Amino acid sequence: MRLEELPDEVIVLGAHACDWRDAVHLAGDALVAGGVTTDAYTERMVQVVEEFGAYIVIAPGLALAHARPGPDVVHDGLAVVTLDEPVAFGHPHNDPVEVVLALAVTSNEGHVTVLADLANVFNDPTATRSIAQAATVGRVRAVLGQARPEP
Amino acid sequence: MKIIAFCGAGIGTSAILKVNAERALARLGIEADIEATDVAGLSVAAEDAQVILASPELVKFIGKTYADVVVIENYFDLDELTRKLEIALG
Repeated sequence: MRLEELPDEVIVLGAHACDWRDAVHLAGDALVAGGVTTDAYTERMVQVVEEFGAYIVIAPGLALAHARPGPDVVHDGLAVVTLDEPVAFGHPHNDPVEVVLALAVTSNEGHVTVLADLANVFNDPTATRSIAQAATVGRVRAVLGQARPEP
Repeated sequence: MKIIAFCGAGIGTSAILKVNAERALARLGIEADIEATDVAGLSVAAEDAQVILASPELVKFIGKTYADVVVIENYFDLDELTRKLEIALG
């Protein structure tokens, strides 16, 4: 999975979410639209937050929704959803969220490369804002493609 | 030296924390094994760990441990990770 080659189906811009649950559902729906997961995976991503709290908000404005590998994951994939209005997830420092990523993987071993790529992108503190403000899916792909090497 | 990157599902966020903690340790010139784990695997993984890295939301799931619990607010902020690891390991 290469971040700069994500298909249009998994990138949703300017969606409206009433609350965090809605926001996770939007990201899960994008995974389903891209053929990455089934609806059951979306529910499991919601359950992770219900069980463990808003820790998926891993940086200011950015949530990484995810759940364990399972039969509801068709293949490894990532979805990107930007929100028209930021939504609170309940994180003490990083709320409100304006970009929701949803990650699905088929095994615990295979996803390290994509996460290293994500770290390369989002270690740049302007990346979340750039994606939140992107007007086209091409712009989102361009930001995701700017994985800068660790200095 | 062993460091735990802890998250609810054991994939995703903990893997990002692991990647960036390795980068922070490289900055500090410290060698350590970093293991990503979930709630179910934590008690076993943490038995011989010096440090547990976790989000503020997850601290309450850690329970009793001899390891230093280091709370990371921004998983993508290498300066924060480097500063806090330096204090914990210094």
